[in-house]
Amino acid sequence: MIFISLFLTFFKIGLFTFGGGYAMLPLIQEAVVQQGWVSESRIIDFIAVSESTPGPFAINMATYVGTATGGFFGAVCATLGVVLPSFIVILIVARFYDKYKNSSIVQGAMTGLKPAVIGLIGSAVLTVVRTILLPASPEAVFPDTEFFCTLVIFGISMALLIKKVHPIVLIGVSAALGIVFGYIFIG
Amino acid sequence: MKTNKLQLFITFFKIGLFTFGGGYAMVPVISEEIAHKKKWITDDDILEIVAIAESTPGPIAINMATFVGWRASGLAGAALATFGTVLPSFLIIFTISGILDAFQGLKPLQYAFFGIRAGVLALLIKALWTMYKKCPKGAVSYIVMAGSFIAAAFLKIDLIIIIICCAAFGLISSFILKRRAGK
Repeated sequence: MIFISLFLTFFKIGLFTFGGGYAMLPLIQEAVVQQGWVSESRIIDFIAVSESTPGPFAINMATYVGTATGGFFGAVCATLGVVLPSFIVILIVARFYDKYKNSSIVQGAMTGLKPAVIGLIGSAVLTVVRTILLPASPEAVFPDTEFFCTLVIFGISMALLIKKVHPIVLIGVSAALGIVFGYIFIG
Repeated sequence: MKTNKLQLFITFFKIGLFTFGGGYAMVPVISEEIAHKKKWITDDDILEIVAIAESTPGPIAINMATFVGWRASGLAGAALATFGTVLPSFLIIFTISGILDAFQGLKPLQYAFFGIRAGVLALLIKALWTMYKKCPKGAVSYIVMAGSFIAAAFLKIDLIIIIICCAAFGLISSFILKRRAGK
């Protein structure tokens, strides 16, 4: 049943995400795209929606995938699933905080987990690159000039980020550029 | 320490509603609202909470809400604070995804998202770079980074297996390094 598998999938994602934020992205890509719930490019779209709306990335993503897959109740199941592992683990850790903090097992595991998250996000970014830059993408809006336009918008976005523009402004600018390029090249 | 539970919910609802980017963006808001104004916890608690949130699974925002709620008012406090943090995102995203689905076919919206995807790639690369700069460097770090990247991107190994192996590798290597330093 879809609701149970939404809950279980997001429970697993919540349980194995260390570091918060985009650390969840690779797990979401793997689970959600494999099951065919949401397309790769929809995930990318929702990163943008998530950046421009309040609240934690993880909750936004779970609610979105849940809604897209199983409506309101799907959203409840996915969100509950992603929240529950943190909630339970923190309630346990809060009681034994001093032991936990100084535990050489936790510290040792973290020396492996922190760099692992970076490697995994790197792989997630590569998937995003493949999705938006490969010209034969089945979801291409305008395949002929898509590659060129994407590169230009990406270049402008990078320049804006280096100038420390706020992510929401960046998303607004890239949306405007997308609309302008879209009407120029296809009409 | 007993606190008004409804207030706990309302305060975290406000934090969830006005925090963009989640996670660390919440830290200054929690510090201001919960530690300075309401005095439910101290600034030292906040440092503890951040350290715990980083080393436990799950979204940092949820970790923090649960921990603060528990410290302030036990299990019910933890549940209410967490529910308060989640609710604004949930309602907003549920509404937005309905609106986006309704207008999915519109040309300007399709073009806008075409542009946005390129912008998101830039955001992701910047986030990756920031995380890389913050991560402790060393031989173990570089091996794990390269290993997990190759395992995920090219060997297509299940991510959870990669995460467990990296944690084990970190654990074993830190014990070996410690033992060597001891000798």
